[in-house]
Amino acid sequence: MLNHLPILQVIVPLLAAPICLFLQKPKIVWLFACVATALTFLISVLLLQQVNVSGTLVYELGGWEAPWGIEYRIDDLNALLLLIISSISAVVMWAGHISLSKELNADRHLYFYVLYLLSLAGMLGIVATGDAFNVFVFLEVSSLSAYALIALGRDRRALWASYKYLIMGTIGATFILIGIGLMYQMTGTLNMHDLATRLPEVSQTRTVFVSFAFIVVGVCLKLALFPLHLWLPNAYAFAPSLVTALLAATSTKVAIYLLIRFTFSIYGLSFSFTTLPLNVLFLVLGVLGVFVASVAAIYKRNTKRLFAYSSVAQVGYMIIGFSVGTAAGLSASLIHIFNHALMKGAIFLALGAVVYRVGSVNLSQINGLGREMPYTMAAIVIGGLSLIGVPLTVGFISKWYLIVALLENGWWPVALLVLLGSLLAVIYVWKVVESAYFKPADSDREPVKEAPLGFLIPVWVLVIANVYFGLDTRLSVGVAQAAAAGLFGVTP
Amino acid sequence: MLIGHYNYWVVVALMMLGFFIIIAHGNLIKKIVGLTIFQTSVFIFYISVAKLDGGTAPILAEGFTDYANPLPHVLILTAIVVGIATTALGLALTVRINEAYGSIEEEFIEKQDNQSC
Repeated sequence: MLNHLPILQVIVPLLAAPICLFLQKPKIVWLFACVATALTFLISVLLLQQVNVSGTLVYELGGWEAPWGIEYRIDDLNALLLLIISSISAVVMWAGHISLSKELNADRHLYFYVLYLLSLAGMLGIVATGDAFNVFVFLEVSSLSAYALIALGRDRRALWASYKYLIMGTIGATFILIGIGLMYQMTGTLNMHDLATRLPEVSQTRTVFVSFAFIVVGVCLKLALFPLHLWLPNAYAFAPSLVTALLAATSTKVAIYLLIRFTFSIYGLSFSFTTLPLNVLFLVLGVLGVFVASVAAIYKRNTKRLFAYSSVAQVGYMIIGFSVGTAAGLSASLIHIFNHALMKGAIFLALGAVVYRVGSVNLSQINGLGREMPYTMAAIVIGGLSLIGVPLTVGFISKWYLIVALLENGWWPVALLVLLGSLLAVIYVWKVVESAYFKPADSDREPVKEAPLGFLIPVWVLVIANVYFGLDTRLSVGVAQAAAAGLFGVTP
Repeated sequence: MLIGHYNYWVVVALMMLGFFIIIAHGNLIKKIVGLTIFQTSVFIFYISVAKLDGGTAPILAEGFTDYANPLPHVLILTAIVVGIATTALGLALTVRINEAYGSIEEEFIEKQDNQSC
């Protein structure tokens, strides 16, 4: 049983999805989905333990030896990502039934759970697999279900956002497909490990340059790197709250994982950063992304949109850490991936509680909510403090490691810009705090009660994780540094 | 050069055509058509990669030593299925957008939303 963990990680949600269709009753389906996601989470914890004990796990599908068969390869990096995705999805699912009862007609609940589990299986598959083409297939599994999930939003703009995401996302995925095809043409293999050994022999050809360009652009579309982020804010703003919480916490992270896997393990650091000036490009785009998206966030009146723009900015920080090109920089990126999932998961789930009671997340509707929904708003405030990077929260840990990595490399102007970017975060988080605590409630809004306990528990689990991992960094920093060291050890 | 890479020229031409349609046209159905052409070019590309000059279909038979590579064909079957799913989802969304906005022209949709915000 333990030997089969890598495949179980993907198979459990993948099989749970169609089983939902037989259960029919929304409440039973929800309970079933909770069990399935909890099981997925448990598997990812076991996987992380096993990787810690015995190093990289290799699983051959159907017993076919790589490179002929598809293999799943779990090292520290994969295990960390699997843990992030499965933990967030399990916690978000707890709030599922309550949140959906207000946001979706009862006859559609079933499809939500099916799509949710499929999207989860796709994301886990992307991370677990060691085969480049398998990545594309799982990418489409997760994206197609994500488009449909976004389209479930009540506002008609959800449809339009979903359509735009579909067009952009498919272009991105097709670019990745072209890149994989070109790699295959040059090396005759699709296995990532095999690619890594064979690509250096042909790395000075134009075909390999082109394949790299296609893959990087395709992945950047998926991870919403400025200026390819245009699909993200509306998709996050108009999707059902749970979908936003899931996607914001996980989907861009998966794309960043792909970027790291392709640039560091497959093409190799010297190719990506020395032969091609990817680091300069990413540094500039990352810094621009932080500033443009943070400034845009300040002017948004819809809090979900506001935090969606902030997500684009946070992706900027991850890309800055990535572009440093040292183990310290990469581990800062990975730590931020972990921490940002916790922050945005908490914030968007708490906003889901606001939607549940108030029905809208416009700033004017939030006025005075600090008194009416104290626990929910406190959760958003702590999540916001974490976004800014206040000590005792995970955000501080991210910023600390990022700035240390930048200073070690002598890039102090960039470190300064990162700090300035955090000040912008203070402004947009303050706007929410000001509305909730310092403005009287609008007279046209009915007074509301605190969100139900079933909603508050998952929100506060994430909030407490925000504080806990801000104090005890053994898990996040330890695994991230091991993963970064592993990536730098493997690269030739 | 020109004849030898004939397939690849077709691939590039189709790819650019599809991409241009996606960007230039405001009609949602036309955008999906463009997307499909774009994806189809990639399918042709994969199949071209598999072709070996003088090779036959990959079935063991006497008198033949060179075979085309069957793997890309299998890969592209998967990609075709993915492409169909994408098209279907895109068209379904278009139907819903038409119901909600009464139009499938990008221009009108954006205009309606700007007024309602």
